[in-house]
Amino acid sequence: MLTFTIRRLVLSIPTLLFISLVIFLLLNLAPGDPMANVPITVPDEVKQRMREALGLGESVYVRFYKWMVQFFWIEPQVLIDHYFGTTFSEGKLRVISWQTRSPVMDIVVQRLPQTLWVVGMSYVVGVLIALPIGIISAYRQYSVFDQVGTFISMLGFSVPTFFTGVLLIVIFSVKLGWFPSIYDTTLVVNSWETFLAQLRQMVMPVFVLALYNASQISRFMRASMLDNLNQDYVRTARAKGLSEKVVVLVHVLRNSMIPVVTVIALGVPQVFGGAIITEQVFKVNGIGQLLITSLQANDLPMVQTLTFIFALLIVLFNLIADVLYGVLDPRIRYD
Amino acid sequence: MTLKSLLLGAAASTVLSPMAMAERGSDGHVGIIYWQAPSSLNPYLSGGTKEIEAASLMLEPLIRFDPTGKLVPFLAEEVPTVENGGVSADLTSLTYTLKEGLLWSDGTPLTTADVAFTAEYCMHPEGGCAQSHKYDSVKEIEVVDDRTVVVHFKEPQPYPYSTFVGNQAPIIQKAQFAECLGARAPECTDANFGPIGTGPFVVTDFRPNDVIQLEANPNYRDPDKPAFATMTFKGGGDATAAGRAVLETGEFDYAWNLQLAPDVLANMEAGGKGKLVSAFGTLVERIEMNMTDPSPDLSREIRATREAPHPILTDLAVRKALSMAIDRDLLVEIGYGQAGRPTCNLVPGPEVYASDNTDCLTQDVEGAKALLEEAGWVDSDGDGVRDKDGKKLSLLFQTSTNAVRQDFQALIKQWWSDIGVETELRNIDASIFFGGDAGSDDTFQKFYADVEMYANNFDGTDPQAYLARYRCGTEPSPSSQWQGTNINRFCDPEYDAMIDELAKTADLDKRSELAKKMNDVLTKDTYTVVPLVDRGRVSAHSLSLGGVALNTWDSEIWNAADWFRIK
Amino acid sequence: MTEPTEKVIPGSGGATPAGALTEPVPVAPVRSKWRDVWDQFKIHKGAVLGGIVFLLIVLSVFLGPLLWSIDPSYIDIRARNQGPSLAHPFGTDQLGRDTLARMMAGGQTSVFVGITAMALSLLLGTLIGVLAGFFRKLDGILMRLTDLFLALPLLPLLLVMVMLFRAPLSAAFGPETGIFILIVTAIGLTSWMPTARIVRGDVLTLKEREFVLAARSIGTNNTKMITRHILPNVISPIMVSATLGIANAIITESALSFLGLGFPPDFPTWGRLLFDSVDYLQQYPERVMWPGVAISLTVLSVNYLGDGLRDALDPRIRGR
Repeated sequence: MLTFTIRRLVLSIPTLLFISLVIFLLLNLAPGDPMANVPITVPDEVKQRMREALGLGESVYVRFYKWMVQFFWIEPQVLIDHYFGTTFSEGKLRVISWQTRSPVMDIVVQRLPQTLWVVGMSYVVGVLIALPIGIISAYRQYSVFDQVGTFISMLGFSVPTFFTGVLLIVIFSVKLGWFPSIYDTTLVVNSWETFLAQLRQMVMPVFVLALYNASQISRFMRASMLDNLNQDYVRTARAKGLSEKVVVLVHVLRNSMIPVVTVIALGVPQVFGGAIITEQVFKVNGIGQLLITSLQANDLPMVQTLTFIFALLIVLFNLIADVLYGVLDPRIRYD
Repeated sequence: MTLKSLLLGAAASTVLSPMAMAERGSDGHVGIIYWQAPSSLNPYLSGGTKEIEAASLMLEPLIRFDPTGKLVPFLAEEVPTVENGGVSADLTSLTYTLKEGLLWSDGTPLTTADVAFTAEYCMHPEGGCAQSHKYDSVKEIEVVDDRTVVVHFKEPQPYPYSTFVGNQAPIIQKAQFAECLGARAPECTDANFGPIGTGPFVVTDFRPNDVIQLEANPNYRDPDKPAFATMTFKGGGDATAAGRAVLETGEFDYAWNLQLAPDVLANMEAGGKGKLVSAFGTLVERIEMNMTDPSPDLSREIRATREAPHPILTDLAVRKALSMAIDRDLLVEIGYGQAGRPTCNLVPGPEVYASDNTDCLTQDVEGAKALLEEAGWVDSDGDGVRDKDGKKLSLLFQTSTNAVRQDFQALIKQWWSDIGVETELRNIDASIFFGGDAGSDDTFQKFYADVEMYANNFDGTDPQAYLARYRCGTEPSPSSQWQGTNINRFCDPEYDAMIDELAKTADLDKRSELAKKMNDVLTKDTYTVVPLVDRGRVSAHSLSLGGVALNTWDSEIWNAADWFRIK
Repeated sequence: MTEPTEKVIPGSGGATPAGALTEPVPVAPVRSKWRDVWDQFKIHKGAVLGGIVFLLIVLSVFLGPLLWSIDPSYIDIRARNQGPSLAHPFGTDQLGRDTLARMMAGGQTSVFVGITAMALSLLLGTLIGVLAGFFRKLDGILMRLTDLFLALPLLPLLLVMVMLFRAPLSAAFGPETGIFILIVTAIGLTSWMPTARIVRGDVLTLKEREFVLAARSIGTNNTKMITRHILPNVISPIMVSATLGIANAIITESALSFLGLGFPPDFPTWGRLLFDSVDYLQQYPERVMWPGVAISLTVLSVNYLGDGLRDALDPRIRGR
């Protein structure tokens, strides 16, 4: 197990390097211009000088090398400095966003809380709803509950979030005035009122996303339960006279959870990636919104860093999912 | 101008009447929403409107424009003129005297050393300063004493107000930015995200592309202002959401630039929580005629250069007919509503420079047809498209990708087809169209199309540089790496002579007369530029927010210090 | 990453009663297998309904313009912002264009994008899956490639691709065709991986079956083997992937249009129509409902269809 994990970790390094190169080259083929949003009243020579100040005059290789050094060497030093109060990174140039002219990682760290709150919470809520629905649907296959559950989960991933989101805003913020239509990222939860305010502004985005997550996971759960319910060991357990509750909730559920747990683990990177559309609709200025605005502004260092962080998380959680699988399912042996 | 003055009157009366002479910070909290979020608070590093306007809450220039376009002193004691001796008789220097006792928000005094440093900061060759054109004419900044500073120009400036004037060229603190000159500018994140200023508010927390938290500046020069103790400046989302938050849900007090369909806005205003305000500046949506041939059959050296005159558009009758076929009222109604008005002028304001040119305002399809007929453009082969000497009236019409512009394109295409002109539409992503990449064939400068539509304006109130864009020889061409200001490739020695004359004229009446004449040459005399809509600003504020005076010549929130809560 | 899935299939596959019906019996004539499939499919009410609805949508979108002959780009400025009426059953938009005609035109694009992108992704997925499953030598490298693609952050990448290549492609092929090619390719390139893995798994098990050994023993060459014996037997997972692929592609296209990165504004697609009408949600709610419902209904019906197909064709891959 350990050797497998280490081997996979080592193997993922070239994968990640390759991905970072692919992303970098892709971005640098861009015909766009970071100065396009500057008003046309600003003369062309000024724009040219601004471009040079961004380092656009250098060749692609030099820029890639610089980004690698900044991301893999200087940024970790900044992190160490932050935690231990050391001064390794002092005076060294970090990955700088073109748009804000400030370190990319600082902004990412600033954006993470709201993304984790909203997207993370919706993931947790989604999983918590999905599991019981999946279990009951499978246990009573083709019952009314199953049909309704199937229909709702189908709706969940068929109706696009940009449609449900807008609909919710109009009904609940404009018509009824129950929830705010704009997410306040500066709210600090330190009292009962602020907690309620936080709850109110989270309800709609969390609901939209949780519905989507729950639909997918409940389908997995149902399928996995169905696979197991007809297995011989279930028949054996029943024959032994175990109560139905014990059979389903202990024997079947435990085995059915194996693939579902890995699926849940695989979904975690998306939580960090934020939900681009939902964040846009509910004005939750998180990671997803950061990505889309930097794309629109042609802020390449920011886009490059963000996509690479996503890639890193995806590779990491893939590994975690595989290891989990091995730990949970004794039939799997990685040797 | 009537609408504007009405609005201004209304604004002024609200300022005066319930002024309960509040003290600083007595009105609690105010919320502003900009649907485009500022990414930095240093206007010298980012040329975007949103950054400049957000920064105007902290940073102030020496003098700036008021809502009527008049210069008013801010940090300077008065506006220097030739009459009061502030401008030297030979127009080569400008003397500013700072107000007495000015303090930065950190409590240190503001001196002319800060003023001189500001120029040094922006004029540094490696800094990539976005406002360096405001300092181009400066030869030297001479510090006379702590309160007196003289700006020396390289050559006489008939209109000298650009350096340290307006929201684009505010004064920054030397102590804070001293280490941030040139290439080090982006490293000063703390300074760029929280500039110390003299304005009514101080940044307490800045989250790029998201939100700014501010509080009243304890050292603001007027001890009773600002009335608000704290402010939230939220960014991001879209215009609809911003409008909704002010007009319908009342979550915010002020929403910027609500570029929405008129009926959508009207419906929001019916929400009853706020009201719309609008004002006009110099932004004009126009169709530019290409005087040169953009045909792809030509070699790259002469394509769209003056060596290849346009086969159809060099005919004045065609250009005029194209303009006559357009119903500008309808365009305004569909695209901009309250935020637009039909115009025939390239320079629609300020009033002193606006020509009384109104002949294009009524659509005249029959007249346009007759004009073409007369000029020999007839539909000889019966395919619905006019032709002459084997040349068809067929045009390629390009613009940037934007819902309103595509609606305009579709409408104009229909009108032009009514007069027998065939139009092919094309839209290009804005980041490429305005991107200025000489390698791309799709930039507005390269103009590889017959006509194109976009909006442009000029800074401040003086149109000299704007009108000088149409000088012969400044057109984008292969030899200039497709950089240049004369997009239409307009070339007229008489016009060039007028540009030179304008640059020498200091008398306001003569300047105005000349500028109007130049405007007419480009529009109603030659139809080189076909203005469509004078695009104003529509913003919204909640009913309980008083003191708003929408300003299109400077930062929209230029007078946030005077805002108060109506109780 | 691939090992666990491969090993778990035999374990979890089990003989379910439903599965026993459809378990492809190698020697049985093909016709009876499809009869079984149809019987099983019929039981799934939702799937039948989904299939009918999807067919109806496709038919009305492509044949509808024959009956409803208003040009979707015709501007009738006097009749703008109208509610549903006899002349315009779905109303008109802000320029007085007929919404029904635009819905049909938009639907053509959306459905066509969905089907083409699905076809591309299936082609890629099947090709890579079959090659990896059939040729041991290619397996390692192709599966590494699949893993690599799975490790890419897809949505951001899709956005990046669309941002970057829209200008060159629309310059080369015109704005509509260019964007069409771009969106179809981008969706196809980022969605073939699940198909490849499922197909590979099936091919691996098929390879060990007696009929393949028998065919090999009479000297069938590889090309014949794949086209005659392997492909017909992996058709079921491919069909299931196909339905899911259409749904996915339609949603992706409309999401791109919603973010303003899809087709140009003057070119209707359902996503674009929805995006444009969101501002009018309060005055003309029906304008938002039409495209919103159209997208949702299409995707819903396709998903139901896929669900039924999956149950009917191969219960073992349910939920994967």
